Amino acid sequence: MGTKHKKVDYSKWGYIFILPFFVSFFIFSFIPLVDTIRYSFFEYYRSGIKEIGPNFVGMENYISLLGSDMLKYAANTLILWVIGFIPQIVIALVLAEWFVDARLKIHGSQFFKVVIYLPNLIMASAFAMLFFAMFSNNGPVNSILISMGLISQPIDFLGSALGTRSLVGFMNFLMWFGNSTIMLMAAIMGISPDVFEASELDGCNSFQRFFYITLPQIRPILAYTLITAIIGGLQMFDVPQILTNGQGTPDRTSMTLIMFLNSHLKSKNYGMAGALSVYLFIVSGILCFIVYRITNNDDPDGSKAAAKKAKKLQRRGRL
Amino acid sequence: MMRKRVFSVLLAASMAAGLLAGCGGKSESGSESNSTAEGSAAPASGDEGKVINIYTWNDEFRERVEAVYPEVEETSKDGTVTTLKDGTEIHWIVNPNQDGVYQQKLDEALMNQPDASADDKVDIFLSETDYVNKYTDADADVAIPLTDLGIDPDTDLADQYSFTKVTASDTNGVQRGSTWQCCPGLLVYRRDIAKEVFGTDDPDEIAQKVNSWDTIKKTAEELKAKGYYTFSSYADTFRLYGNSIENSWVSPGETTINVDPQIINWVNSSKEWLDEGYLDKNVKGQFNDDWNKAMGSSSKVFSFLLPAWGIDFVLKPNWDGEEGVWAVTAPPQEYNWGGSYVHGCTGTDNPEHVKDIILAVTADKDNLMKISKDYLDFTNTTSGMQEAAADDANFSSDFLGGQNSFKYFAPVAENIKIAPLCAYDQGCVELIQNSFSDYLQGNIDYDKAKANFETAIIERYPDITAVQWPE
Repeated sequence: MGTKHKKVDYSKWGYIFILPFFVSFFIFSFIPLVDTIRYSFFEYYRSGIKEIGPNFVGMENYISLLGSDMLKYAANTLILWVIGFIPQIVIALVLAEWFVDARLKIHGSQFFKVVIYLPNLIMASAFAMLFFAMFSNNGPVNSILISMGLISQPIDFLGSALGTRSLVGFMNFLMWFGNSTIMLMAAIMGISPDVFEASELDGCNSFQRFFYITLPQIRPILAYTLITAIIGGLQMFDVPQILTNGQGTPDRTSMTLIMFLNSHLKSKNYGMAGALSVYLFIVSGILCFIVYRITNNDDPDGSKAAAKKAKKLQRRGRL
Repeated sequence: MMRKRVFSVLLAASMAAGLLAGCGGKSESGSESNSTAEGSAAPASGDEGKVINIYTWNDEFRERVEAVYPEVEETSKDGTVTTLKDGTEIHWIVNPNQDGVYQQKLDEALMNQPDASADDKVDIFLSETDYVNKYTDADADVAIPLTDLGIDPDTDLADQYSFTKVTASDTNGVQRGSTWQCCPGLLVYRRDIAKEVFGTDDPDEIAQKVNSWDTIKKTAEELKAKGYYTFSSYADTFRLYGNSIENSWVSPGETTINVDPQIINWVNSSKEWLDEGYLDKNVKGQFNDDWNKAMGSSSKVFSFLLPAWGIDFVLKPNWDGEEGVWAVTAPPQEYNWGGSYVHGCTGTDNPEHVKDIILAVTADKDNLMKISKDYLDFTNTTSGMQEAAADDANFSSDFLGGQNSFKYFAPVAENIKIAPLCAYDQGCVELIQNSFSDYLQGNIDYDKAKANFETAIIERYPDITAVQWPE
């Protein structure tokens, strides 16, 4: 027969190079993941220093979780997340647009970029402790308000659900808006300047430019920001934990899902905590899927839908 | 504001450093003991091991061992290893008490105790009154009965306060631990406020005004008239009620929590006091910024309920005025707050050393008096403390205006009746205060607070099935 074409195959090197990631993922992520799911079907905890279980109990953990206040804590988490995320994304978009806009010529924009990112570098626990001290009843915020004559009695910020939730949201906003700004800025800078120039020639004002060019063009990065923020929000823990001493006070209105999970781990209740984790896993999976579908439709400019419509009309016309 | 910021950053940094130090200490001791294990195989029976592992949460016990255990040669600079004269090394495994870290690490080590090599075994561990019962439990059998170590509580520990012996005993009355300190609490008050309101700051006359809950309420009215608070927060009085419960939170062998009527009394009287304005409603709980500030010179709080360590480690650092303004007197009700117990750990390979250390630090009267003098602990020797009470020359405190506080501590210590303990105490005490502080602050109603306690306690202890409230 004819001579075989001999090709040098480099693909094995590719596999070798990505091997470390898969090995460490398998050991440190996959095995614990499977273990978590397995334990969620068991009764397994410690009473004092005596270990109870593991005894197989089927779906009991899942059922008793549904009977508990889990949904209330899910709602808390959602509220806390929304309070923080809405200002975060709005401010980040505005700032990113301003920083990138060549015509605004903001002086020292590099400096501001660093400054707005700084809160993210502080440990969340230290940040929460700072706020705890600042907004305590005898703290500086109340002292300032009283000495300015705005209030006569100190405001009990951390004693009311509204106060605590707003503080948590505000802190999350402060910590993350810089991060989002940097990411969105990168996205906006990735848009070809030609498009902007063309739009200007066509007499496009800045609002139109923002809503009809910038926003659609940065949709993938916006989706990424949204997904990471949702997952981060589901795992919200450190700020409310420190601010409320792990209690979700007042009346458990700032108790997030992960704080709930954590209170199960105080007794090493792997079964119940595992079941809760599985719920969280499913919820984050669904959320990711929805966001992915919304943002990654294969018809970004609506041209396909238009074509379809036109075809339909055509057919109707023929008939 | 800047100071606060620096303070919180420092706090966070020290917490992180503490964590790191904990990790470092642990791995270090692990590797060291591995290397020694290679040299000497399993010790022959009767022989003592080369390493004594002691689990604790701070330097307190190490300092006392160094001060009074005659066999101590030297301690390494980082404080992780103390060498004894016969060459045995004490390895200190320190994990912070905060957030239950210490108990987690200790529990882990105790679970591995049967499989650990001789030099890795826990030999001594410490526990606090709040959770001592978890470790003295007869079924768990992690703390050696003192008699098995060769210590006879009836003769060797005869001079100890009896309630400390009860605290360290299991449900069968077998003593499984011993302590060098005893933590009777007093009422600590401001002399300047007393003079202004009552015209006197004499401790005996003030004692008359606070000798029961009924009289103290009348006193509170007088204080309120002049714009002062009697105590800072409702949490301040909890120990007094919590220490006088009739039955333990959970009876042995049961899975139901019984809330004692005394706890409900605390809730009701706290509510009343708070609504009357006898307590500062801005102070919520203890060991927080507001509580610390309430101990400052600009505060309107008349008194605190504190044991000896509370005066030295909490009140003194927070006081910014001159010395001699505070004074102590007898509290409305005898109570105990805190105390560290020393246990020999089942499976130890150094029973002789364990016995020696426990006897030296907790039973030798001269040693205990030395600890009292050097560290101001109220120590666990009845006769010694009576001597200290009479010895104004050596035991008077400048901070208390020359008052000899031992004179007031001693009778309290002798009259303490320790509440029946159980393994669930820590969670119950913590969570009942948390749940009801929402009620006391007026955020939720009484029934909601009850429901919140039930939810929280079952989360913490999955084996609890029900909560029984008093009628």
